Formats: sequence, structure tokens, C-alpha cells
Amino acid sequence: MPADALLEVRDLHVSFRTEEGVIQAVDGVSFSLQRGEVLAVVGESGSGKSVTVGTLMGLTRSPNAKFEGEAWLRTGRDGDGGDDLELIGAGDEQLRRVRGDQIAMIFQDPMTSLNPVQRVGDQIVEQVQAHRDLGESEARNRAVEMLDRVGIPRAAERARSYPHEFSGGMRQRAMIAMAFSCEPDVLIADEPTTALDVTIQAQILRQISEMREEANAGVILVTHDLGVVAEVADRIAVMYGGQIVEHGTIDELFYDPQHPYTWGLLGSIARVDRDRPERLPAIEGLPPSLSDPPEGCRFRPRCPHAFEACHRLPALERRGGQSPEHVDRCFLSPDEKHSLREVGGQVGLAARSTAA
Amino acid sequence: MARFVVRRLIAMVFVLFAVTIVTFLIFNVIPNGDPAVRMAGKIPTETNIAAIREEWGFNDNVLKQYGLMMKKVFTGDLQSYFTQLDVGEEIVRGLPATLSLAIGAAILWLMVSIVFGLYSAMRAGKVADRLLTILALIGISMPVFWIGALMNHYLGFELELFPNGGYVGLTENPIQWLYHMILPWTALSILFIGFYSRVLRSNVLDTINEDYVRTARAKGLSERRVMVRHVLRNSMIPIITLWGLDFGFVLGGGAILTETVFTLEGVGQYAAESISQLDQPPVVAVTLFGAFFIVLVNAIVDIAYAALDPRIRLEA
Repeated sequence: MPADALLEVRDLHVSFRTEEGVIQAVDGVSFSLQRGEVLAVVGESGSGKSVTVGTLMGLTRSPNAKFEGEAWLRTGRDGDGGDDLELIGAGDEQLRRVRGDQIAMIFQDPMTSLNPVQRVGDQIVEQVQAHRDLGESEARNRAVEMLDRVGIPRAAERARSYPHEFSGGMRQRAMIAMAFSCEPDVLIADEPTTALDVTIQAQILRQISEMREEANAGVILVTHDLGVVAEVADRIAVMYGGQIVEHGTIDELFYDPQHPYTWGLLGSIARVDRDRPERLPAIEGLPPSLSDPPEGCRFRPRCPHAFEACHRLPALERRGGQSPEHVDRCFLSPDEKHSLREVGGQVGLAARSTAA
Repeated sequence: MARFVVRRLIAMVFVLFAVTIVTFLIFNVIPNGDPAVRMAGKIPTETNIAAIREEWGFNDNVLKQYGLMMKKVFTGDLQSYFTQLDVGEEIVRGLPATLSLAIGAAILWLMVSIVFGLYSAMRAGKVADRLLTILALIGISMPVFWIGALMNHYLGFELELFPNGGYVGLTENPIQWLYHMILPWTALSILFIGFYSRVLRSNVLDTINEDYVRTARAKGLSERRVMVRHVLRNSMIPIITLWGLDFGFVLGGGAILTETVFTLEGVGQYAAESISQLDQPPVVAVTLFGAFFIVLVNAIVDIAYAALDPRIRLEA
């Protein structure tokens, strides 16, 4: 992990006490984010991806939540490291000053993420004024400028609109404008396109990408959609059952996937360059229970290739990857991985019944 | 907006018209409704009654009688059958006490409910919340005439901490006015406080889990600003609506019992006395007065609702 990382998460654990017992939502997650790159965090619902990023923002804090590990934000704003902040243990007020300013977030559902009774412009003004010592009119100018930059036509006029007067895509643009209003170093985008029309998705992703370049920010893109990832990400972390099971560059993950769960994800993408199958392949079985996770490898109960060793938990380390950064949690040998991931001429996860 | 106002005004006229018809007709069907018998004194004679009937027009057909009464209502010539006092003047005389009671109590119950409701929501599930829940239930369960009578008796009569009923004009003596209003305000507010604080509590708990509140936190707003600008403001929209409607109700006759218990001699007490005497003109006039405020406040509440929540469009 390079020392100059903008954001460095080390061995993050998050658990919640609930009536059904303790839920281990995040179980030892580590990653880093560099300035200017897009790190995609991919996984199905309940894999812990949203909790991971929400925790960085302090949004999962509650009397029933327990946190372990560290997350260092090194924006280098003062050049000597004195500005570094550890987010997990930071006080509420310390964290408040950072979020919206150095770390900003875009949420999944733009329909409900904006306050319905406050004008869109005012909602941006509010954020700008929380972090910058600007007067009303200066903050307003900033809000209009941001709306203009994300491609909202007649921004000055639309700043006076209410969220319900915007389409879903425009609302997400407004969220992006808001997120970048204080020039954040880190942007967290939690499923930013999931609630949008497919035609709008690409525009929104491009917008995020453009804004990231201008602000030279690092982006964590949380999604369950590998199609979205392929478009903008530099690196991918695949999460399963609260853990990262494979991590590498986008090329490594797409062309040399090491973990059977990644194969399953890749195998279930609808592709325009192949014949359309009768049904898209799905990964059999259900996501693991987080209150009572399976022993050993979390994916073992659903994995057609599981064997004796899988009852121990594999560490996240370089196994068959081509570069030191390409790491995974699977005990299969590189040769086995090579042959097992070919299903019908492409990458996929074999059905359990046909597995050896 | 203009269209909405015009439509509401027309509807208002119809409602008020219907109210007068119903209250007027009731007197023709209830037992002992014949005013001539009662006006003739303790030992009425047939000729006496007949003369009164003739003089007051009770022999005319119902339609004509109704027309005459409405004419008197609008020209301000309406007289009580029994006291012969001018009804309009009586209402105007009672208005300061009624307005004092309604406005003061409405402000009191709204303020206290916000404090209790918000506090209860922020301590949800804890001891303070449960205690407030029990208090709210007790408050909702106590009828105003009962709690009013208790307050009057113990705090006013026995301990002499407060005046034993009565009303002093605000312009006459503001201190005495306040002193005399404290118990009536409290008695009238208790029910509403119990009710409103429960509604606000659940609204706040709903709102606090909204996505836009999470966004507000993610923006780095202070917790105070998140609570006031995003949670409380959005939770208050239904409360304000309710508040307007209840204010109209209290002003339009909902405080009859409170006024009577504390002998405030307001419009409500006048209504109560007129009803007990089956005095038709004041009952019709006071009912019309009450209905007017209720309908008016209803229209204002609709407009205010649209102003508070931009998603609401006024379509009559």
C-alpha cells in the first residue's frame, strides 16, 4: 500500500447489535485510494459495501454500532501530514468539518436524497456555508456555478426550483454539483446510477468522471453493476460477506479473475457482443448470513469448486495474480483457477450440480 | 391560486348557508322549542301567548321566519327572545375573552408540544420518552371541564394562587389579564399538548430516517442545523395544518366548556347560556359565527400548506 495514499483503510470491522444478534457487516476490509483514481467497490446487496463507505463518512454511527480499524484521510492540504485525520475514531465535530468538505458523498436515490421542501440552490448554499466563510450572495453564486458545471440548463433559474421540479437525472446532477461544491479530495458515490434510466446512467458516470478530473479527487464508486465499473473504474475491490475477496486493476479483474465469486459476477453480465442466452446465469444460493457467517471462506457454501481447505478462511493475498496488487481470497491453485473459470467458452461460475 | 380562493369563497357561502338552515330548523322540531310559551312568563295565558306569536311573527310560515331572521342577522338587528338584548353586541362583548383564550392557548399548546415532541423523539425508548408518553395519554384522557373544574377549585378557590374564574380585559389591565388567563389556557391546552406531542414525536422519528436527512449530515451540517432545518421543519408541516384546524375549532366554539368553567363570559359561554335557554336568535348567530371561523381557517390552512410544502398544488 503506497504511503502517499489519499485515503487508507486498514482492517476495518463494523458490527451492529440487533434483536437478531450481532451483525458483522464489515469484516476486515483494507484498501487505499490515490488522488485522481476511481476505485470501484463491487458486490451484491448485503456484502457490506455501503456500510464500508458510510462508515468512512460517519453515517453509520449509532449506539448499536461498533467500529474497529483505521481509515486515514491524508489530503496533504498543509503539506506536512499534520492535516491527516483518522476517520473511524474522529470526534463527531472533527468528522463534521471534514464531510461535505474533504469527503463528499452521492447517494443512490436522487428522488429521496434531496430535501423536498427546500430549493435545490439553497441546499447547495447550505453546504457551502457550512464549510466556507462566504456571504449569502457569494455562496449562491457558487451554487449556480456548480449547477451550471454539471450541465443544468439555465442554472440561475433552476437553482430556485424544488427537487420535485427536476427529473431523476437532473436531481442526481444536482447531487453531484452539491458534492463537488467544496472541492472534495475524496468523493464517495454509493450506487449513483442504480435508480436512474439506463440512458441517463452513462451521462451521470461521465459527469462524475469529469468533475473528478477537474477537482483531481479520488473516487470510491460503490455499485453492484460491473457494466458501470467497466466504464469508469481504474481498480476494483470485489466484496462478499463483509470482506474483500478480490482486488486488482480493472484489466486484471476482467481478464484474469481469480476468485470464483468474481467469475460468477462476470458470468452474469448481459453482453451485447455475445448471443443472448435463454436466461442470464445467476450465482446459485443466497448471500451469507452476517450474524452467523459460514466457517472459513464466506463463499464456500455457494461455491461449486469448494474443497477441504476452504473450511479455513483464506487471507487476502497475491496468489495467481500477475501483479503484486492483484490479490484474492481463494485457495485454488492458479492452474485450477485457469481451467475452472472457463464455462462454455467464457468466464463464469459452473453450476453446482455439474461440478466435480 | 386566485382560482382557488374564489372557489373556496363560493364553497364557504354554501356551507354557512347550510349551517343557518340546519340550526334554524332544529328549533322547529325540538320539544319546548316554542319561544312564545317561554317568553310569556311564569304564568302564561292563552291570549298572552297569541299576542306574542303575532308580535314576533311566529305565525308566519317557516320560510318567512327564516328570511326575517337572516335579514336581522345581516342588518345587526337580531335580538334575544328572552333578554331582549342585541345579539351582535353580546357577541362583540364576548369576543375579546374568546380571542384571548383561543390565541393564547393555541400558542401555548403548539410551543409546549414542539418541546415535548422533539425531546420525546430524541430520547425514543428511554425513560423520559416513556414518561412523556404516559403524561400525553393522561392529558388526552382528561376532559377539559373536569380538569378545568379541578384547577379552578384547588388552585383558584382553595390555595388562592389564581383567580377563581372571570376575565379582565387586556387593555384594561395586562397583568390581571395574564393572571386570569393562565388557568383557562392551561386547561384548554392539555388535551392538545398530549395529542400534538405524540404526533410530532412520530413525525420526527419518521423524518429522521429520510434519505435527505442523511444527505444533510453528509454535507457536514451541524447536528443542530440538521435537526432544525431538515428534521423539525419537515416534521412540522402536518402539525401546522392540524394546528390551524384546531385553532379554528377552538375559536369557533370548541372552547364552550372552558369558557363556562372559568366564567370568561366569552362567545362560548354566551352560546352555552343561549342553548340552555333554547334562545333561538343567539344560537343561530353564534353557530354562524363559529362556522365562519372554522371554514375561514380551513381555507387559510390549505393555502398555508401549499406554501409550506411546495409539492402541494392548490386545485379546488
